[in-house]
Amino acid sequence: MAAEQKLVTWPDEIYDVFKRLDIRQVAYVPDAGHTRLIKSCEADKEMQVISCTSEQEGVAMLAGTWLGGERGALLMQSSGVGNTINLLSISLECRMPLVMVVTMRGEWGEFNPWQLPMGQKTGAVLEEMEVIVYRVEKAEEIGPTTYAAALMAFNTGRPVAVLIAQCVIGFKDWSK
Amino acid sequence: MSSGHMDRRDVARKLLAARGEALIVTGLGSTCYDSGAIADHPLTFAFWGGMGAAAMAGLGLALAQKKRPVLVWTGDGEMLMGLGALATLGTQAPPNLSVVVIDNELYSETGMQKTHTGRGLDLAAMAKAAGFERSATIRTEAELDEWIPKLYKPEGAAFVAIKVNDARYPLTLKIRDGSLLKNRFREALLGSKALE
Ligand SMILES: Cc1ncc(C[n+]2csc(CCOP(=O)(O)OP(=O)(O)O)c2C)c(N)n1
Ligand SMILES: [Mg+2]
Repeated sequence: MAAEQKLVTWPDEIYDVFKRLDIRQVAYVPDAGHTRLIKSCEADKEMQVISCTSEQEGVAMLAGTWLGGERGALLMQSSGVGNTINLLSISLECRMPLVMVVTMRGEWGEFNPWQLPMGQKTGAVLEEMEVIVYRVEKAEEIGPTTYAAALMAFNTGRPVAVLIAQCVIGFKDWSK
Repeated sequence: MSSGHMDRRDVARKLLAARGEALIVTGLGSTCYDSGAIADHPLTFAFWGGMGAAAMAGLGLALAQKKRPVLVWTGDGEMLMGLGALATLGTQAPPNLSVVVIDNELYSETGMQKTHTGRGLDLAAMAKAAGFERSATIRTEAELDEWIPKLYKPEGAAFVAIKVNDARYPLTLKIRDGSLLKNRFREALLGSKALE
Protein backbone atom coordinates (compact mmCIF):
# COMPACT_ATOMS: atom_id res chain seq x y z
CA MET A 1 0.00 0.00 0.00
CA ALA A 2 2.79 2.43 0.92
CA ALA A 3 4.62 1.74 -2.34
CA GLU A 4 1.39 2.24 -4.26
CA GLN A 5 0.76 5.62 -2.64
CA LYS A 6 4.18 6.88 -3.63
CA LEU A 7 3.21 6.60 -7.26
CA VAL A 8 0.38 9.07 -6.87
CA THR A 9 1.53 12.42 -8.26
CA TRP A 10 -1.57 13.99 -9.76
CA PRO A 11 -2.40 16.23 -6.79
CA ASP A 12 1.10 17.71 -7.09
CA GLU A 13 0.59 18.15 -10.82
CA ILE A 14 -2.61 20.11 -10.22
CA TYR A 15 -0.72 22.25 -7.74
CA ASP A 16 1.99 22.89 -10.37
CA VAL A 17 -0.72 23.90 -12.84
CA PHE A 18 -2.13 26.35 -10.29
CA LYS A 19 1.35 27.86 -9.91
CA ARG A 20 1.93 28.07 -13.65
CA LEU A 21 -1.39 29.85 -14.09
CA ASP A 22 -0.75 32.19 -11.16
CA ILE A 23 -3.79 31.03 -9.20
CA ARG A 24 -3.80 32.99 -5.93
CA GLN A 25 -7.10 32.09 -4.30
CA VAL A 26 -8.25 28.54 -3.70
CA ALA A 27 -11.68 27.87 -2.22
CA TYR A 28 -12.68 24.42 -1.11
CA VAL A 29 -15.06 22.19 0.74
CA PRO A 30 -12.94 19.18 1.64
CA ASP A 31 -13.04 15.85 -0.07
CA ALA A 32 -10.64 13.09 0.91
CA GLY A 33 -9.44 13.02 -2.69
CA HIS A 34 -8.26 16.63 -2.41
CA THR A 35 -6.38 16.25 0.88
CA ARG A 36 -2.92 16.45 -0.60
CA LEU A 37 -3.68 19.32 -2.98
CA ILE A 38 -5.27 21.33 -0.17
CA LYS A 39 -2.15 20.78 1.96
CA SER A 40 0.16 21.92 -0.84
CA CYS A 41 -1.91 25.05 -1.43
CA GLU A 42 -2.05 25.84 2.28
CA ALA A 43 1.72 25.55 2.53
CA ASP A 44 2.14 28.10 -0.27
CA LYS A 45 2.51 31.67 1.02
CA GLU A 46 1.39 33.13 -2.30
CA MET A 47 -1.97 31.38 -2.13
CA GLN A 48 -4.95 32.31 -0.02
CA VAL A 49 -6.85 29.15 0.76
CA ILE A 50 -10.40 29.56 1.96
CA SER A 51 -12.40 26.81 3.59
CA CYS A 52 -16.06 27.31 2.69
CA THR A 53 -19.14 26.02 4.50
CA SER A 54 -20.80 25.22 1.17
CA GLU A 55 -19.53 24.92 -2.39
CA GLN A 56 -21.74 27.77 -3.57
CA GLU A 57 -19.66 30.10 -1.43
CA GLY A 58 -16.62 29.20 -3.48
CA VAL A 59 -18.41 30.04 -6.73
CA ALA A 60 -19.41 33.44 -5.37
CA MET A 61 -15.99 34.12 -3.91
CA LEU A 62 -14.22 33.47 -7.19
CA ALA A 63 -16.40 36.11 -8.87
CA GLY A 64 -14.93 38.62 -6.43
CA THR A 65 -11.46 37.20 -7.01
CA TRP A 66 -11.81 37.88 -10.74
CA LEU A 67 -13.30 41.33 -10.24
CA GLY A 68 -10.29 42.11 -8.07
CA GLY A 69 -7.81 41.04 -10.74
CA GLU A 70 -6.69 37.69 -9.35
CA ARG A 71 -7.25 34.12 -10.44
CA GLY A 72 -8.76 31.37 -8.36
CA ALA A 73 -9.99 27.79 -8.36
CA LEU A 74 -12.58 25.78 -6.45
CA LEU A 75 -12.03 22.25 -5.14
CA MET A 76 -14.90 19.99 -4.18
CA GLN A 77 -16.37 16.52 -4.44
CA SER A 78 -19.13 15.59 -6.87
CA SER A 79 -21.95 15.98 -4.35
CA GLY A 80 -20.86 19.59 -3.90
CA VAL A 81 -21.67 20.35 -7.52
CA GLY A 82 -25.32 20.17 -6.53
CA ASN A 83 -24.76 23.05 -4.13
CA THR A 84 -23.38 25.36 -6.80
CA ILE A 85 -26.04 25.29 -9.49
CA ASN A 86 -27.86 28.62 -9.19
CA LEU A 87 -24.67 30.56 -8.60
CA LEU A 88 -23.20 29.25 -11.84
CA SER A 89 -25.34 32.02 -13.31
CA ILE A 90 -22.70 34.49 -12.16
CA SER A 91 -20.03 33.03 -14.41
CA LEU A 92 -22.49 32.49 -17.24
CA GLU A 93 -24.15 35.91 -17.18
CA CYS A 94 -20.99 37.89 -16.48
CA ARG A 95 -18.64 35.83 -18.60
CA MET A 96 -16.31 35.33 -15.70
CA PRO A 97 -13.91 32.41 -15.61
CA LEU A 98 -14.72 29.68 -13.12
CA VAL A 99 -12.38 26.74 -12.55
CA MET A 100 -13.76 23.79 -10.61
CA VAL A 101 -11.78 20.67 -9.84
CA VAL A 102 -14.15 17.93 -8.79
CA THR A 103 -13.23 14.57 -7.28
CA MET A 104 -15.88 12.03 -8.19
CA ARG A 105 -17.83 9.80 -5.87
CA GLY A 106 -20.74 7.49 -6.50
CA GLU A 107 -19.49 5.92 -9.70
CA TRP A 108 -16.73 3.30 -9.16
CA GLY A 109 -16.82 0.81 -6.31
CA GLU A 110 -18.75 3.32 -4.22
CA PHE A 111 -19.79 2.02 -0.80
CA ASN A 112 -22.12 4.86 0.18
CA PRO A 113 -25.45 4.78 -1.67
CA TRP A 114 -26.12 8.46 -0.81
CA GLN A 115 -23.32 9.45 -3.18
CA LEU A 116 -25.00 7.93 -6.21
CA PRO A 117 -27.80 10.38 -7.08
CA MET A 118 -25.40 13.31 -7.47
CA GLY A 119 -22.34 11.30 -8.52
CA GLN A 120 -24.16 9.63 -11.39
CA LYS A 121 -25.41 12.96 -12.73
CA THR A 122 -22.57 15.37 -11.98
CA GLY A 123 -21.35 15.65 -15.56
CA ALA A 124 -24.84 15.78 -17.05
CA VAL A 125 -26.04 18.47 -14.65
CA LEU A 126 -22.98 20.63 -15.28
CA GLU A 127 -23.32 20.23 -19.03
CA GLU A 128 -26.98 21.06 -18.87
CA MET A 129 -25.91 24.31 -17.17
CA GLU A 130 -23.46 24.93 -20.02
CA VAL A 131 -20.40 24.40 -17.95
CA ILE A 132 -17.56 22.95 -20.06
CA VAL A 133 -16.79 19.54 -18.59
CA TYR A 134 -13.57 17.55 -18.85
CA ARG A 135 -13.74 14.08 -17.43
CA VAL A 136 -10.40 12.43 -16.68
CA GLU A 137 -9.99 8.72 -16.09
CA LYS A 138 -6.21 8.38 -16.27
CA ALA A 139 -3.96 9.83 -13.61
CA GLU A 140 -1.37 11.05 -16.11
CA GLU A 141 -3.96 13.13 -17.93
CA ILE A 142 -5.12 15.09 -14.89
CA GLY A 143 -2.34 17.68 -14.94
CA PRO A 144 -2.45 18.49 -18.67
CA THR A 145 -6.25 18.50 -18.71
CA THR A 146 -6.48 20.83 -15.72
CA TYR A 147 -3.99 23.15 -17.39
CA ALA A 148 -5.89 23.23 -20.68
CA ALA A 149 -9.26 23.64 -18.98
CA ALA A 150 -8.18 26.42 -16.64
CA LEU A 151 -6.28 28.26 -19.35
CA MET A 152 -9.37 28.22 -21.52
CA ALA A 153 -11.55 29.43 -18.66
CA PHE A 154 -9.28 32.40 -17.96
CA ASN A 155 -8.84 33.28 -21.61
CA THR A 156 -12.48 33.01 -22.62
CA GLY A 157 -14.43 33.80 -19.44
CA ARG A 158 -16.27 30.48 -19.19
CA PRO A 159 -17.00 28.03 -16.40
CA VAL A 160 -15.08 24.76 -16.63
CA ALA A 161 -15.09 21.65 -14.47
CA VAL A 162 -12.47 18.93 -14.38
CA LEU A 163 -14.04 15.74 -13.09
CA ILE A 164 -11.49 13.33 -11.67
CA ALA A 165 -12.97 9.85 -11.99
CA GLN A 166 -13.33 7.75 -8.88
CA CYS A 167 -11.34 4.95 -10.54
CA VAL A 168 -8.28 7.23 -10.37
CA ILE A 169 -8.83 8.20 -6.76
CA GLY A 170 -9.60 4.71 -5.53
CA PHE A 171 -12.17 3.53 -3.05
CA LYS A 172 -12.52 1.90 0.31
CA ASP A 173 -13.23 -1.78 -0.07
CA TRP A 174 -15.74 -2.41 2.70
CA SER A 175 -16.07 -6.08 1.83
CA LYS A 176 -12.69 -6.77 3.47
CA MET B 1 -44.17 46.20 8.78
CA SER B 2 -40.57 46.84 9.70
CA SER B 3 -39.25 47.96 13.06
CA GLY B 4 -36.93 50.46 11.34
CA HIS B 5 -37.65 54.14 10.76
CA MET B 6 -34.94 55.34 8.40
CA ASP B 7 -35.56 55.47 4.66
CA ARG B 8 -33.37 53.16 2.59
CA ARG B 9 -32.62 55.81 -0.02
CA ASP B 10 -31.45 58.29 2.63
CA VAL B 11 -29.16 55.60 3.98
CA ALA B 12 -27.93 54.83 0.45
CA ARG B 13 -27.15 58.50 -0.24
CA LYS B 14 -25.06 58.77 2.91
CA LEU B 15 -23.26 55.49 2.29
CA LEU B 16 -22.35 56.39 -1.28
CA ALA B 17 -21.36 59.97 -0.53
CA ALA B 18 -18.61 58.66 1.75
CA ARG B 19 -17.36 55.85 -0.51
CA GLY B 20 -14.04 57.41 -1.53
CA GLU B 21 -11.77 54.68 -2.89
CA ALA B 22 -14.06 51.84 -1.88
CA LEU B 23 -15.04 48.92 -4.07
CA ILE B 24 -18.71 48.02 -3.65
CA VAL B 25 -20.65 44.82 -4.26
CA THR B 26 -24.43 44.90 -3.90
CA GLY B 27 -26.74 41.93 -3.52
CA LEU B 28 -29.87 41.34 -5.57
CA GLY B 29 -33.08 42.97 -4.41
CA SER B 30 -33.61 46.57 -3.47
CA THR B 31 -30.00 47.44 -2.71
CA CYS B 32 -29.05 46.87 -6.33
CA TYR B 33 -31.81 49.27 -7.36
CA ASP B 34 -30.71 51.78 -4.73
CA SER B 35 -27.20 51.69 -6.11
CA GLY B 36 -28.41 52.37 -9.64
CA ALA B 37 -30.82 55.10 -8.62
CA ILE B 38 -28.58 57.11 -6.29
CA ALA B 39 -25.16 57.08 -7.90
CA ASP B 40 -24.12 54.41 -10.33
CA HIS B 41 -20.36 53.96 -10.34
CA PRO B 42 -17.94 51.79 -12.33
CA LEU B 43 -16.57 50.39 -9.08
CA THR B 44 -19.99 49.19 -7.95
CA PHE B 45 -20.76 45.65 -9.04
CA ALA B 46 -24.49 45.00 -8.61
CA PHE B 47 -25.70 41.43 -8.51
CA TRP B 48 -29.14 41.15 -10.08
CA GLY B 49 -29.26 37.45 -9.36
CA GLY B 50 -27.16 34.88 -7.58
CA MET B 51 -29.06 35.34 -4.34
CA GLY B 52 -26.72 34.68 -1.40
CA ALA B 53 -23.55 35.48 -3.35
CA ALA B 54 -22.79 39.09 -2.44
CA ALA B 55 -20.87 38.56 0.80
CA MET B 56 -18.58 35.87 -0.60
CA ALA B 57 -17.91 37.91 -3.73
CA GLY B 58 -16.89 40.69 -1.35
CA LEU B 59 -14.47 38.31 0.35
CA GLY B 60 -12.76 37.29 -2.90
CA LEU B 61 -12.49 40.95 -3.84
CA ALA B 62 -11.16 42.01 -0.44
CA LEU B 63 -8.50 39.27 -0.55
CA ALA B 64 -7.44 40.34 -4.05
CA GLN B 65 -7.42 44.07 -3.26
CA LYS B 66 -6.05 44.36 0.24
CA LYS B 67 -5.28 48.08 -0.04
CA ARG B 68 -8.82 49.08 -0.96
CA PRO B 69 -11.82 49.17 1.33
CA VAL B 70 -14.45 46.70 0.13
CA LEU B 71 -18.09 47.14 1.03
CA VAL B 72 -20.77 44.49 0.64
CA TRP B 73 -24.13 46.21 0.54
CA THR B 74 -27.12 43.90 0.55
CA GLY B 75 -30.56 43.07 1.91
CA ASP B 76 -31.57 40.96 4.88
CA GLY B 77 -33.11 38.26 2.68
CA GLU B 78 -30.03 38.04 0.49
CA MET B 79 -27.77 37.84 3.54
CA LEU B 80 -29.91 35.14 5.14
CA MET B 81 -29.54 32.95 2.05
CA GLY B 82 -25.78 33.17 2.50
CA LEU B 83 -25.51 32.73 6.26
CA GLY B 84 -22.72 30.21 5.76
CA ALA B 85 -20.86 33.05 4.07
CA LEU B 86 -21.19 35.12 7.22
CA ALA B 87 -19.40 32.29 9.04
CA THR B 88 -16.68 32.10 6.40
CA LEU B 89 -16.21 35.88 6.36
CA GLY B 90 -16.08 36.01 10.14
CA THR B 91 -13.35 33.41 10.32
CA GLN B 92 -11.34 35.15 7.56
CA ALA B 93 -12.14 38.67 8.75
CA PRO B 94 -10.08 40.67 6.25
CA PRO B 95 -9.55 44.11 7.81
CA ASN B 96 -10.62 45.91 4.61
CA LEU B 97 -14.03 44.26 4.39
CA SER B 98 -17.32 45.65 5.66
CA VAL B 99 -20.77 44.17 5.27
CA VAL B 100 -23.81 46.43 5.35
CA VAL B 101 -27.23 44.82 5.47
CA ILE B 102 -30.14 47.10 4.68
CA ASP B 103 -32.56 45.37 6.99
CA ASN B 104 -36.23 46.06 6.28
CA GLU B 105 -37.15 42.70 7.85
CA LEU B 106 -38.82 41.85 4.56
CA TYR B 107 -38.33 40.22 1.23
CA SER B 108 -39.62 43.40 -0.30
CA GLU B 109 -39.07 42.66 -3.95
CA THR B 110 -41.09 39.47 -3.90
CA GLY B 111 -44.14 40.80 -2.10
CA MET B 112 -43.17 42.00 1.37
CA GLN B 113 -42.97 38.64 3.12
CA LYS B 114 -41.39 38.75 6.55
CA THR B 115 -37.77 37.55 6.88
CA HIS B 116 -36.29 35.99 10.01
CA THR B 117 -34.94 39.38 11.11
CA GLY B 118 -38.62 40.35 11.49
CA ARG B 119 -38.99 37.38 13.82
CA GLY B 120 -36.19 38.48 16.09
CA LEU B 121 -33.10 37.03 14.42
CA ASP B 122 -30.12 39.25 15.23
CA LEU B 123 -27.72 39.34 12.28
CA ALA B 124 -25.23 41.61 14.04
CA ALA B 125 -24.98 39.15 16.93
CA MET B 126 -24.45 36.30 14.49
CA ALA B 127 -21.71 38.26 12.74
CA LYS B 128 -20.04 38.97 16.06
CA ALA B 129 -20.23 35.31 17.03
CA ALA B 130 -18.68 34.39 13.66
CA GLY B 131 -15.66 36.59 14.30
CA PHE B 132 -16.37 40.08 12.96
CA GLU B 133 -14.37 42.38 15.21
CA ARG B 134 -16.86 45.21 14.87
CA SER B 135 -20.57 44.73 14.55
CA ALA B 136 -23.73 46.67 15.33
CA THR B 137 -27.40 47.16 14.61
CA ILE B 138 -28.07 50.74 13.54
CA ARG B 139 -31.44 52.34 14.11
CA THR B 140 -30.84 56.09 14.16
CA GLU B 141 -29.25 58.68 11.89
CA ALA B 142 -26.80 59.58 14.64
CA GLU B 143 -25.61 55.97 14.80
CA LEU B 144 -25.43 55.85 11.02
CA ASP B 145 -23.33 59.03 10.84
CA GLU B 146 -20.99 57.62 13.44
CA TRP B 147 -20.59 54.29 11.66
CA ILE B 148 -20.26 55.29 8.01
CA PRO B 149 -16.66 56.55 8.16
CA LYS B 150 -15.70 53.47 10.17
CA LEU B 151 -17.02 51.18 7.45
CA TYR B 152 -14.47 52.52 4.99
CA LYS B 153 -11.51 52.28 7.36
CA PRO B 154 -9.54 49.02 7.18
CA GLU B 155 -9.50 48.55 10.91
CA GLY B 156 -10.97 45.08 11.12
CA ALA B 157 -13.88 43.35 9.44
CA ALA B 158 -17.11 45.20 10.19
CA PHE B 159 -20.75 44.19 10.00
CA VAL B 160 -23.76 46.47 10.38
CA ALA B 161 -27.45 45.77 10.04
CA ILE B 162 -29.14 49.08 9.27
CA LYS B 163 -32.80 48.97 10.17
CA VAL B 164 -34.94 50.75 7.56
CA ASN B 165 -38.68 51.15 7.02
CA ASP B 166 -40.72 49.26 4.46
CA ALA B 167 -40.65 51.92 1.72
CA ARG B 168 -40.45 50.48 -1.80
CA TYR B 169 -39.07 52.27 -4.79
CA PRO B 170 -39.37 51.57 -8.51
CA LEU B 171 -37.01 48.98 -9.91
CA THR B 172 -34.27 51.11 -11.39
CA LEU B 173 -31.23 49.49 -12.84
CA LYS B 174 -29.08 51.35 -15.32
CA ILE B 175 -26.98 48.46 -16.55
CA ARG B 176 -28.53 45.02 -16.72
CA ASP B 177 -25.81 43.16 -18.55
CA GLY B 178 -23.60 41.33 -16.06
CA SER B 179 -20.74 41.05 -18.50
CA LEU B 180 -20.71 44.80 -19.03
CA LEU B 181 -20.79 45.42 -15.27
CA LYS B 182 -17.84 43.11 -14.82
CA ASN B 183 -15.84 44.64 -17.65
CA ARG B 184 -16.35 48.20 -16.54
CA PHE B 185 -15.48 47.29 -12.94
CA ARG B 186 -12.26 45.54 -13.94
CA GLU B 187 -11.25 48.28 -16.34
CA ALA B 188 -11.83 50.99 -13.73
CA LEU B 189 -9.88 49.00 -11.14
CA LEU B 190 -7.12 47.36 -13.16
CA GLY B 191 -6.77 49.57 -16.24
CA SER B 192 -5.36 47.89 -19.32
CA LYS B 193 -4.45 44.80 -17.28
CA ALA B 194 -8.17 44.03 -17.19
CA LEU B 195 -8.16 43.20 -20.87
CA GLU B 196 -5.09 40.95 -20.91
C1 LIG C 1 -32.36 31.63 -5.26
C2 LIG C 1 -33.43 32.63 -5.29
N1 LIG C 1 -34.53 32.47 -4.52
C3 LIG C 1 -35.50 33.41 -4.53
C4 LIG C 1 -35.41 34.51 -5.34
C5 LIG C 1 -36.51 35.55 -5.37
N2 LIG C 1 -36.10 36.81 -4.75
C6 LIG C 1 -35.69 37.86 -5.47
S1 LIG C 1 -35.40 39.20 -4.57
C7 LIG C 1 -35.83 38.40 -3.16
C8 LIG C 1 -35.91 39.11 -1.85
C9 LIG C 1 -34.68 39.76 -1.43
O1 LIG C 1 -34.87 40.22 -0.13
P1 LIG C 1 -33.90 41.23 0.53
O2 LIG C 1 -32.51 40.80 0.30
O3 LIG C 1 -34.30 41.45 1.94
O4 LIG C 1 -34.11 42.53 -0.36
P2 LIG C 1 -35.09 43.78 -0.18
O5 LIG C 1 -36.01 43.53 0.93
O6 LIG C 1 -34.19 44.90 0.07
O7 LIG C 1 -35.77 43.89 -1.51
C10 LIG C 1 -36.19 37.08 -3.41
C11 LIG C 1 -36.63 36.10 -2.40
C12 LIG C 1 -34.27 34.62 -6.16
N3 LIG C 1 -34.08 35.65 -6.99
N4 LIG C 1 -33.31 33.68 -6.11
MG1 LIG D 1 -35.22 42.97 2.88
